[in-house]
Amino acid sequence: MLRLEGIEAGYGAVQVLRGLSLSVAAGEVLCLMGRNGAGKSTTLKTIIGQLRASAGTIELDGARLETLPAHEVPRQGVGYVPQGRRLFGDLTVAENIEIGLMTRKRDARTRDRVLELFPRLRERMGQVSRTLSGGEQQMLAIARALCLEPKVLLLDEPTEGLQPSMIALIRDTVVALKKTGVATILVEQRVDAALSVADRIAFMTGGSVAETVPAAGLRADAPQFAAYVGV
Amino acid sequence: MKLDRALLLHLGLLAALLAFHFAAPAYHHTNIARIMVLAIYAMGYNIAFGYTGLLSLGHALFFGAGLYAAGLLAYHAEGTAGTGLIAGLAAGGLVAFALGLFALRTAGVAFMIVTLMFAQAGYLTVLYFGSYTRGDEGIVIPRAGRMLGSLDLSDDNTRYLVAFALFAAALLVNLWLARSPRGRIMVAMRENEERSRMLGYNPFTVKLAALTISGLYSGLSGAAYALMFGYAGASLASVQYSILPLLYVLLGGAGTVIGPFLGALLMFYLIDYASSVTDAHQFVTGAALVLLILFAPKGILGTLRERGLRWLP
Repeated sequence: MLRLEGIEAGYGAVQVLRGLSLSVAAGEVLCLMGRNGAGKSTTLKTIIGQLRASAGTIELDGARLETLPAHEVPRQGVGYVPQGRRLFGDLTVAENIEIGLMTRKRDARTRDRVLELFPRLRERMGQVSRTLSGGEQQMLAIARALCLEPKVLLLDEPTEGLQPSMIALIRDTVVALKKTGVATILVEQRVDAALSVADRIAFMTGGSVAETVPAAGLRADAPQFAAYVGV
Repeated sequence: MKLDRALLLHLGLLAALLAFHFAAPAYHHTNIARIMVLAIYAMGYNIAFGYTGLLSLGHALFFGAGLYAAGLLAYHAEGTAGTGLIAGLAAGGLVAFALGLFALRTAGVAFMIVTLMFAQAGYLTVLYFGSYTRGDEGIVIPRAGRMLGSLDLSDDNTRYLVAFALFAAALLVNLWLARSPRGRIMVAMRENEERSRMLGYNPFTVKLAALTISGLYSGLSGAAYALMFGYAGASLASVQYSILPLLYVLLGGAGTVIGPFLGALLMFYLIDYASSVTDAHQFVTGAALVLLILFAPKGILGTLRERGLRWLP
């Protein structure tokens, strides 16, 4: 479904991604793990078009993404939940969701499907989003991305700073999405969270994927975690 | 549009302004007519600044475009008020669109400077072509050019009612826009351009549309001002007229529909009163603005909305 080949990207003169290649299939969860600075978040920003790839290709179902203007990438079916949620704080829950729906002209049926995943948001529709709890904000950030009905969902550390019940809810959401055929690329620092949802884990170092392994059967004390994540 | 408390509030304001027509003393009657016309300008400014986050210092260019489109048409081509209003609306929109194509490639302070420079260029153009525009002296619009069908805009009562009709239309369109999906996208752009882009919105297109709508409002206001008060002069296209709508919006509440009217009303009367007691009236308005920034940085209605009136659009 989504394939990156030989991607080079960075911030100005600082090159972060060096020949990165990876792929994720429909209904698959690929987890990117690695130390700080390995290029995990940069990979997601490059896919969504926030950073321009100076070399390499990004294809979604055979269509090239890296040549498109950044605002066109979500319209092709790529949903992105950045680190730190990044909501429109002065807008209500309903308005944040509406903005997500309008991108690909989705209607109330899409909204209702999304809200089935996060019933608590339904109770908060009129509330200004910056007044939500951290977990609710994360739900809303994911809900807003799902309003695009994405083929691929990019999640950047969605469990960061959340309480265990919220982490479980987000894990259940990713599992539910997987069943609908959505491909997910998840950046995650927590080994247990990664192992609980991922189909494969790509260990990154120095701006490229060093090793990709199936998550099934992998244990938290596997040598890769010590080598690439430092846990 | 669903009849709810927000709509009722706006309809209530319009009803009060209409009632004022029958009860007001002549002096205030003329003032309120002028304030309604200036409030249309401020509403236009608010669409760019309050809703979309475009801090422009060049809106006098759009106001001036409308002012001179109507003024020159009436003075040189025997145009009527009807053609003048349409010409002013179109001129404001076109100039804003054209300026936006260049200026929106910048952001923040650079955008302020670029818009200021374009507006100054417009002002100097008015002076340079003094043989047509009559420069500083300005154009006094003949009575024939101030006829809107059979309505004579030089008549106080007609002027008030036409100003009211234009204001009412501008207010209700503004309310509709603020509550429409397009309005939400403008606010999203103001809050965070990059975040909006990640959700699939093209910031340039959204901002250009907002600036063009803002130009339409400003041009209409400029044309109405010229036709209703019978004068189009260079001073009305000067930098001061770029600052005024900013002050109105800051005082009334950026990103609120009624805020620009409230700001224009209070600022107009503050300047009016202060200038009647001292020559240094700008000190008084300056002090008022300092107090505003200290105690209600979101303006009067912005602060009220923050403190409980969440439904205020």
